[in-house]
Amino acid sequence: MTLTQHDIDQEIAARHAAYEQRLADGGPVEHQPRRDYAPYRSSMLRHPQQPPVTIDVGKDPELVELSSPAFGERDITEIDNDLTRQHDGEPIGERITVSGRLLDRDGRPVRGQLVEIWQANSAGRYAHQREQHDAPLDPNFTGVGRTLTDDDGHYRFTTVQPGPYPWRQHVNAWRPAHIHFSLFGTAFTQRLVTQMYFPSDPLFPYDPIIQSVTDDAARQRLVATYDHSLSVPEFSMGYHWDIVLDGPHATWIEEGR
Amino acid sequence: MTTPSQTVGPFFSHALPYERDWELVPEGHPGAITLTGRVLDGAGEPVPDALLELWLGFTGDRGALSREGGQVSGYGRCATAPDGTYRFRTARPPGPYLSLQIFARGLLRSLLTRVYLEDVPDPLLDGLEPERRATLVAAGSGDSYCFDVRLQGAEETVFIEF
Ligand SMILES: [Fe+2]
Repeated sequence: MTLTQHDIDQEIAARHAAYEQRLADGGPVEHQPRRDYAPYRSSMLRHPQQPPVTIDVGKDPELVELSSPAFGERDITEIDNDLTRQHDGEPIGERITVSGRLLDRDGRPVRGQLVEIWQANSAGRYAHQREQHDAPLDPNFTGVGRTLTDDDGHYRFTTVQPGPYPWRQHVNAWRPAHIHFSLFGTAFTQRLVTQMYFPSDPLFPYDPIIQSVTDDAARQRLVATYDHSLSVPEFSMGYHWDIVLDGPHATWIEEGR
Repeated sequence: MTTPSQTVGPFFSHALPYERDWELVPEGHPGAITLTGRVLDGAGEPVPDALLELWLGFTGDRGALSREGGQVSGYGRCATAPDGTYRFRTARPPGPYLSLQIFARGLLRSLLTRVYLEDVPDPLLDGLEPERRATLVAAGSGDSYCFDVRLQGAEETVFIEF
């Protein structure tokens, strides 16, 4: 049977209603997506059915996971954070500047840590071998960037506005425009891979991936804000997006050092 | 207020993997071990689009991305092959286990587990039923170990949180 957008819309609505009911019954605010979110079909055979085992940090002396890989200047080059300068010519599209801070849950900056991004080009096509979307590749755009956060946790990328793209999960399935982000904290437990979206995208209600975050406020934290002060005169539109890493125990371990 | 996780998606293999990402130590490094295995889904099918990250708990003297300089990095990455296999060449960890994190299309949040090279008394292992405990202990010995990650089902790997 053909899976339609209407089918997916109903499943999304049902899961949203179920979350509202859990909240009404005194359940906790859910800041993260559920691992088994059926409207996103790929999750069905890939999510664990057993709950994760909680590590008792007091009993476990090894604490390997409470430290983190560290990256340095030798790991990146100067133009890695400018996706418009990685080829001989300029990529097609609206240039954007994306900047913000990487913070821990207590609001402290995560310093000198690696931020990686990847995205589709302005036509909604990835420079990836298995990509099947019939939109033009841009010979001047790979769509991959890296940078290290500064002492205040700031990162900054120059790129082009990615296009939305179709993805075939169901008939007329489209992903809202997004930039994929990969982040490290001060503990391996804080490791985060996520996606940044753009303000007021009309595709949000139809997309089961962003809707997997059923809490409205949490989902809003995936959306950047337009920031005129980040726009570069005669050059680019500015977007601001701060990222806050989870990881409760990393905090007090750091303070104990 | 923390930022929610989203899936790594299917199109990361031109972005996140890097040259020699799976080599935490160079070839011929004394005491190096290889860790290989497969990532399998709930139907027992190989997962050809997962990304695995290995962490030993120390930074080391070898570049994490550049692989320049010294002999040992504490961090590595490996994207699974079409048959769901992965491989790492690494130093032995200081403790009994290596930390392994898994990303894939379909995983809305990453999964964290541990690869124990031997079945030893351990606060995590000792709290598990025997069948569950066995999912965290690599097969093999000497310089070669095998560890499969089963995302779902009867022999589902134990995943952890903090
Ligand atoms: Fe994407």
